[in-house]
Amino acid sequence: MTSIRSDIDQVVEKAVLKEPLTVEDGKALFETSNLLTLGMAADRLRKDACGDTVTFVIDRNINYTNICTSGCKFCAFYRKRNAADAYVLSVDEILEKIKEAVELGATQILLQGGLNPDLHLEYYEEILRKAREKFPGVQRHFFSPSEIHFMADVSGNSVKEVLARLKDAGLSSIPGGGAEILDDRVRKEVSPNKIGWRAWKDVMVTAHRMGIPTTATMVYGLLETIEERVRHIMRIREIQDETHGFTAFIPWSFQAGNTRLAEEFAERDMDPGGVDYLKMVAVSRILLDGAINNIQVSWVTQGVNVAQVALSYGANDFGGTMIEENVVKAAGAKIQYLPPEKIVRIIKAAGRPAARRDTLYRVIEEY
Amino acid sequence: MIISMGTVSFHNLYISLPGSGKSMVNYSPASPSLKSILNEYRDDDIIDIVRRAISGEELDRRDGIALFKSDNLFLIGATANELRRRSVGDTVTFVINRHINYTNVCVSKCAFCAYYREEGQPGAYTMSMSEIMKRIDDSSDLGITELHIVGSHHPDMPFEFYEDMIREIKSKYPDIHIQGFTAAEIRYFSDISGLSVREVIERLIKAGLGSIPGGGAEIFNEDLRKRICPNKVSGRGWIEVMQEAHRLGLKSNATMLFGHIETYEDRVDHLIRLREAQKETGGFQAFIPLPFHPKNTALLRDGLVDEDGPTGVDVLKTIAISRIMLNGYIDNIRAFWIMTGKKLAQISLHYGANDLDGTVIEERITHAAGGDTEEYLPVSSIVRMIREAGRTPAMRTTTHEILKVYDYVNSCD
Repeated sequence: MTSIRSDIDQVVEKAVLKEPLTVEDGKALFETSNLLTLGMAADRLRKDACGDTVTFVIDRNINYTNICTSGCKFCAFYRKRNAADAYVLSVDEILEKIKEAVELGATQILLQGGLNPDLHLEYYEEILRKAREKFPGVQRHFFSPSEIHFMADVSGNSVKEVLARLKDAGLSSIPGGGAEILDDRVRKEVSPNKIGWRAWKDVMVTAHRMGIPTTATMVYGLLETIEERVRHIMRIREIQDETHGFTAFIPWSFQAGNTRLAEEFAERDMDPGGVDYLKMVAVSRILLDGAINNIQVSWVTQGVNVAQVALSYGANDFGGTMIEENVVKAAGAKIQYLPPEKIVRIIKAAGRPAARRDTLYRVIEEY
Repeated sequence: MIISMGTVSFHNLYISLPGSGKSMVNYSPASPSLKSILNEYRDDDIIDIVRRAISGEELDRRDGIALFKSDNLFLIGATANELRRRSVGDTVTFVINRHINYTNVCVSKCAFCAYYREEGQPGAYTMSMSEIMKRIDDSSDLGITELHIVGSHHPDMPFEFYEDMIREIKSKYPDIHIQGFTAAEIRYFSDISGLSVREVIERLIKAGLGSIPGGGAEIFNEDLRKRICPNKVSGRGWIEVMQEAHRLGLKSNATMLFGHIETYEDRVDHLIRLREAQKETGGFQAFIPLPFHPKNTALLRDGLVDEDGPTGVDVLKTIAISRIMLNGYIDNIRAFWIMTGKKLAQISLHYGANDLDGTVIEERITHAAGGDTEEYLPVSSIVRMIREAGRTPAMRTTTHEILKVYDYVNSCD
């Protein structure tokens, strides 16, 4: 009897047998129209890798400044130094925001900002020190690789020296932002002033070697090809095989509102759809199987309903409550703080157990 | 092992009727992707129901309830997807339409509705005939083939107002199909005019009405209707109006408002009553499950629902189960993106839906209940959404004739 196979069965079978997948395999996964087969495969790998529990964190995103010299075309958040709504938060303002978050049960603060040449290493160190001193129970998930690279440039230190100083001041972990698409063809198009993918990798590898865990992200829908998406995930996997420092992978789609990129392509509908997102999550799970266990949904960009569905497509983490978020909001996304009880209800309505975690994906409370 | 084909040979798995011992001849063998899903979940509680559904068997109330109670979204989705493929193929249709919600003044005051106002209340409006015409004129260059005209139960407007509205639009735009007035409105027109339902429909047909939208069905359960829409046509009355229209040669759609205070049993009963009605008059062309939007509704104010509405999983499950329960009777299952959101509507194309409603210029009812979707989708966006889902877009008429197939990548306008 000849085998009738759906177009992706062979790839999925390889994944299940833990055979290494190629770029071609990854492309085949993206190009399938059998969405449910893809999802089922990712769901099975998820179940084997991390069980049924879906985790989330109580967190707040704080952006210390929106002044940025990078001027990425996909960003609606940055301002020039002299813009009317340009800002820099003082250390006290940041501490006040952390305090509000702690009152809502936050265990994680994600702090990021623009590449602002007026700020010095001492400012960042002071935030870390004071946050650690006043809120020792809160994990300081601060500064993406491009910011760290920029701090090194501005201060004349090496990346390693900067990381050592930040760690000494209390840095717990690093968010995976600024990865966008880890391919310099795309980066030259959309973020020519930002670090290239190798520099991004160097910061991550250096951090991992110093015992600083990080997440990894991907922003797709930036005019990249399917192959470039696959290569991005493969590059993350290669780094992980080397350092084991990534705690989670978080893909989300480009949010076009108020960005230069959307202006340049005004006639094009820039927003990738729900099917594309589910594929993105499923392919991430399959290609990263055995390397990164936590695949996080992005309810902030996809909406709560699609994020919930993505829990069946390989994701095992619902992200955070987002007591505050500014960057995606600037691009037109409608975001509202999701209290923990709501997240628990959404997870349970998907037929899965819910648990609150810390930044390192250790379970704090089961519901 | 997943999809691993060594031990279990699902490649030659033909779906057969339980106990019959013979392969089905009516249907082609299950597609490979369905087979891998059936194999993966071969021990699932609902596998028997799924196999019967795929073999073309009509499912009963107990089956429907078991599907709703299952968490296996893949099995339910794959079944719906297969039935969709077999009954309507891989084309996804849409219509270029404009909504006209001509008034929000309503004596019905349903507890799930955020749209209605009492006369004189701030925000109350009734469009004059010239305002209605202006809206149509303003969008006449968008290639609209359908006007979707739905209002409320206005206390003062005489039946002639509605008749004249249709007549006047048709005299200026004879080629535009008017899908107007829900069964609830038609029943109300009968009440205020003293005409029979049949006479109301006959006069509207004469004025130019082309078909009837599926709204006002809500949930057929009469006890539940007493709580959520006591002043509206009964469930039975809704079906009677539709069947009368079918007998007079009009096609109609049907809807179900879900995710408020109804039970799974209520949803299944709704689907089965619709299926039974369809067996008699056959005039339903599409079924549209509508997720409830709670903001600004009395149900939310009274604490009977939470502020979130049905979740994404529930929406997909309901669309899929609608396809499964109505299989063989209503071929078109529509995702109304205005209420599901664009992304979920696109995903639902893999869960049994085969139609993306339309461009929907200016919808007011869902947006009054906190719906945050856009108010209009250009054709190019709809085409892109359908293509990205791996399917072939086609523009249709209101009565589901294909006007244009977008089968080449560059033909998106």
